[in-house]
Amino acid sequence: MNINTPASIANTPLIDIFKFITTLSILSCFTFASCSQQPEASIDYNKSYPSQDGGTMISAMTGEPSGLIFMVAGESASAAIASNIFNSLLKYNGNLDIEGDLAESWQISDDQKTITFKLKPNLLWADGKPLTSADVLFTWKTVTDENTRSPYASDYQLVSNAEATDALTFKVTYGQVYAPALDSWASLHILPKHLLAGQDIRTTSFARKPVGSNYYQLSQWNHGENLKLTRNPNSVLGQAAIDQLVTRIIPDNSAQFLELMADNIDSMGLDPIKYSRIIPARPELKKNLNLYKELGNSYTYLGFNLKHKPFDDIRVRKAINYAIDKQEIIDGVYLGLGINISSPYKPGTRWSNPTLKPYSYDPEKSRALLKEAGFTKNANGILERDGKPFAFEIITNQNKEREKSAVIIQRRLKEIGIDVKIRAIEWASFISRFINTGDFDVVILGWGLGLDPDQYNIWHSSQQAPGQFNFIGYNNPTVDKLLEQGRSELNPDKRQEIYHTFTEQLLADSPIVYLSAGYGLTAIHKRIEGIVNPIPPAGIGYDSHKWYIPKPYRRNQISAN
Amino acid sequence: MLKYSIKRVLWMIPMLIGISLISFFIMHLAPGDITNNEAAFNPKASEESRQKLRELYNLDKPIIVQYGLWLKRMVQFDFGNSFATHQKPVFLGTTDTDGNYTKGMIEEALPITLMINLLGLAITLTLAIPLGILAARKYQRWQDKSITLFNFIGFSIPGFWLSLLLMYWLGVANNWLPISGLHSLNYENLSTWDQLKDSISHLIMPVIIPSVTGLAGITLFVKNGMLDVLNQDYITTARAKGLGEHTVVYTHALRNALLPLITIIGLSIPGLIGGSVIAETIFAIPGMGKLFYDAVLMRDFPVVMGVLTIGSALTLLGNLLADIAYALADPRVRRGVARG
Repeated sequence: MNINTPASIANTPLIDIFKFITTLSILSCFTFASCSQQPEASIDYNKSYPSQDGGTMISAMTGEPSGLIFMVAGESASAAIASNIFNSLLKYNGNLDIEGDLAESWQISDDQKTITFKLKPNLLWADGKPLTSADVLFTWKTVTDENTRSPYASDYQLVSNAEATDALTFKVTYGQVYAPALDSWASLHILPKHLLAGQDIRTTSFARKPVGSNYYQLSQWNHGENLKLTRNPNSVLGQAAIDQLVTRIIPDNSAQFLELMADNIDSMGLDPIKYSRIIPARPELKKNLNLYKELGNSYTYLGFNLKHKPFDDIRVRKAINYAIDKQEIIDGVYLGLGINISSPYKPGTRWSNPTLKPYSYDPEKSRALLKEAGFTKNANGILERDGKPFAFEIITNQNKEREKSAVIIQRRLKEIGIDVKIRAIEWASFISRFINTGDFDVVILGWGLGLDPDQYNIWHSSQQAPGQFNFIGYNNPTVDKLLEQGRSELNPDKRQEIYHTFTEQLLADSPIVYLSAGYGLTAIHKRIEGIVNPIPPAGIGYDSHKWYIPKPYRRNQISAN
Repeated sequence: MLKYSIKRVLWMIPMLIGISLISFFIMHLAPGDITNNEAAFNPKASEESRQKLRELYNLDKPIIVQYGLWLKRMVQFDFGNSFATHQKPVFLGTTDTDGNYTKGMIEEALPITLMINLLGLAITLTLAIPLGILAARKYQRWQDKSITLFNFIGFSIPGFWLSLLLMYWLGVANNWLPISGLHSLNYENLSTWDQLKDSISHLIMPVIIPSVTGLAGITLFVKNGMLDVLNQDYITTARAKGLGEHTVVYTHALRNALLPLITIIGLSIPGLIGGSVIAETIFAIPGMGKLFYDAVLMRDFPVVMGVLTIGSALTLLGNLLADIAYALADPRVRRGVARG
C-alpha cells in the first residue's frame, strides 16, 4: 500500500503526484479490498443471550419527519417515528388480526353501525396525566376538524356520532355499516387533550415535542441530524428492553451503507444489489449482519388508460399482459427479490385468492389476440389497425426500478410489433400534468396499501374525477357492487369470499398488468437479539419492543458519530 | 463615494422586486403544487382534503393575486410558514403563546452552509494564491505544468465520487474521520474542547473536498492575472531599477494581479449561500442546498421564495460590497465613480 510513502513527496511542490497516488491507493482499496485494516473487533456476535434491558440501537432513515403528529404530517418518516411514541385504540397482532392496544375490548352493535370501545384501566401519558376516553374523543374531533385538513380524515368523517360515555368508554356510530372502521381505529394515534386543547394543530410545537403513551418518548431532536427516543417510564403496556432508539437522518443511501460498514448504525433498508451482491461478497460485513426479506403490502403495475383506444379493448390489454415476461423483470430489475402476483393483495394473507394464476409469458397467444382485435403487421414490422400504427408512450416517475422495467417491457412489446416510447418525469409534474388530467396512455406506478382489503377508492367507477385514484378509468358494474358489499360486510369469512370474487374479476379484465411485488429488504446488526424469526405476517418490526442488546455487544460509547 | 453607495443600495429594491416577480412566476410554471407530493398519493387521502389544503394556501387563486399576497407579507418582513406539514416558519423563528420557540428553516440551515463554504473559500484562497503565483513565476516550467495538471485532475474529478472514495478510505477502511453528519451522537456530553475536535473532524471532508475541486479556477485566475502584470512596462521598470525579485513580485505585481480576485469572490457569493445539494446529501448536512432542493420537489412555495429572496438579497449585497472594495482597492475605478 502506498498510503505512507506519499508523505515524503508531499513536502515537494509535487502535490499533484501525492494526490494521484492517494487516489490510486483508494481505488485499489475498492478493487482489491486488501486494505481493510479496520481494527477488527474480535467480538463474536453469533452467541445468543437472555433478554436484558438497556443499550442503544441506532438506525438510519433518508427523510426527516416534518412533525410527529401523523394525522397532519402524513408521510412515512413521521409514521415510523411516531408509532414508537403514540398508541391507537386497536392494533394488528403478528398474524394481522386486530387486537386491543389502548382498548381492552370493543363491541359491535347488532345493526353493526355502533362500536363501543372499553379502554384499559389506569392508562397514563408519558407526563403522568391519566389517559381517558376524553382524549380519544378529542383526537376524533381533531382529525375530523376542518382546520386540521388531515389527508386521512375521510374514514373518520363517516362517524355520525362519537361520545365518551364515561372515562373508559368511547362509542362511535356510523351512518351506515362501514367494514374498514376497525382498521381505521388501528391507525389513528391518540393525542393528549390536556396538551393540545386550544392549540392550532397545524403549527403547534407539540409536533416537535410530542407526549405520547407508547414504549418510547422523544428525548431529543437535532434538526436534520437525528432523533433520540428513550423509554417512557409511564408506559402502561410494559417496558421496552432497549433503552434508547436513535434514528439518524442520512439522505444518501451510499453514505448510509458506509455508516453500516463502519458499524456506526445498526440497521438500514437495503436495495436488491446490496442485499444479494455487495453484502454476501464481503465476509467481514456478512459476519456481523442479519439480512431479512419480507413481502410488503405494495406492488408495481403497468396501468392502461381505459378511456383511450385501443386499451378499451380487453383483447389488447390481455395481449400486452401475455407479451410481458414478469419473471424476467423480477430477475433483471429486482435480482429475483420479488414475486409474481395475480391480485392486489399480499400473497399469503386471507384476502389473496390462492386459486388465481398470473398471466403467463406467451407471445403466441398475444399475437393471436391482437390479430383477433384487428391488428395486422405493416411493412416496418409494426402492428397497425385502420392505417394507424400501434404505438404508445409508457410514462413513469423518476424511479430507477420502474424505468428499468419499462425498458424490458419496451423490448418484449417490440417483438410482437408494438412501438413503445418511455418517458420518466419528476413526481409532482407527473401527477398533476398526466395522472390528474388523464392525459396518458400507459403508466408504470405502484400502490402501497393498508391492511384492510377495501380498495373502493382505486377500483370503483365513481372514483374517476381528477385527483381521485381510479385514474385509469376502470368501470365494471359487477366489481362496483362487490366493492360496495365488501365495505358493508363485517363478517371476515363473507368478506373474504367477496374479495376473492373481486380479484378474480379484476384479473380477467386485465385493466392493469401486475409486474411484481418486491420484497422489503433490511439489514440488522447481530448485536440486536430477540427479533422474531421467521418474520411474522405483520412484518419484521412487529414486537420490536422485545428486541434487546446483550451487554457484551453494546458499544462502549457512542463515539464514532 | 457615499452618494454612489446610497444610490446602489436604493437600486437594489426594484431589482429585488423584479427578481422575486420572475422567480414567483417561473416557480408556478412547474406543474403541480404541494398537494401532489408523494405522501399525498395514498388511497386513504381524499381529493376533498387536498382541495381544502389548496384553499388554505390560496393556491386556488390566480398567480398574480398569490404574488400580491406574498408581497404584502414581505413588506412586513414576514416570510410566512412552510406549506409542508407542520408549517415551520421559513426564515426566522417564532415563539408561541406557551413560550415554545420554533426555529426558522433558513435560520437553521444558513449558518451551517455559510460556515462550510466560508471555510472552504478560505482554504481555496490560501492554496490558490501561492500556487497561482508559483505557476506564473515558473511559467512553462515543470512547476507550472504540474500545477496545471493537478488543477485539471481536481477540476475533472466529480465531487460526489471523490467524496464517496474518501468516506470509504477515511471512515470505513480506517477509522480516522466520521463518515457523515455534523456532530457525534454523544456531542452534548463532551467537554468544550472535545466538542470542538468533534466538530472539526466532521467538517474536514465536506470542507476540503469542494475546495480542492474548486481550486482550479481560482489558481488559473491568479496565474493569468500575475502573467499579465509581470509583462507590464512598470515591472520591467522596477526590475531595471534593480529591485529584488521578491519586492517586484510581492510588492509591485501581486497587488495588481489580485484585483480580479475581488470580482471572483463577489461572484462566488450566491454559491456561498446556496450550498450544494450533492455534497449536503452525501455528507448528511442539513444546509441550504438540501433545503431548497427538497422545497422545489415538494412545491413548497414559501420556502422556495424565502430561499430565493434571501439568496438574491445577499447576492446583490455581495456584489455591492465587491464593487465598493474594488473602488477602494483601485484608484482608477474610484476616480471613475467620483466622476459618474
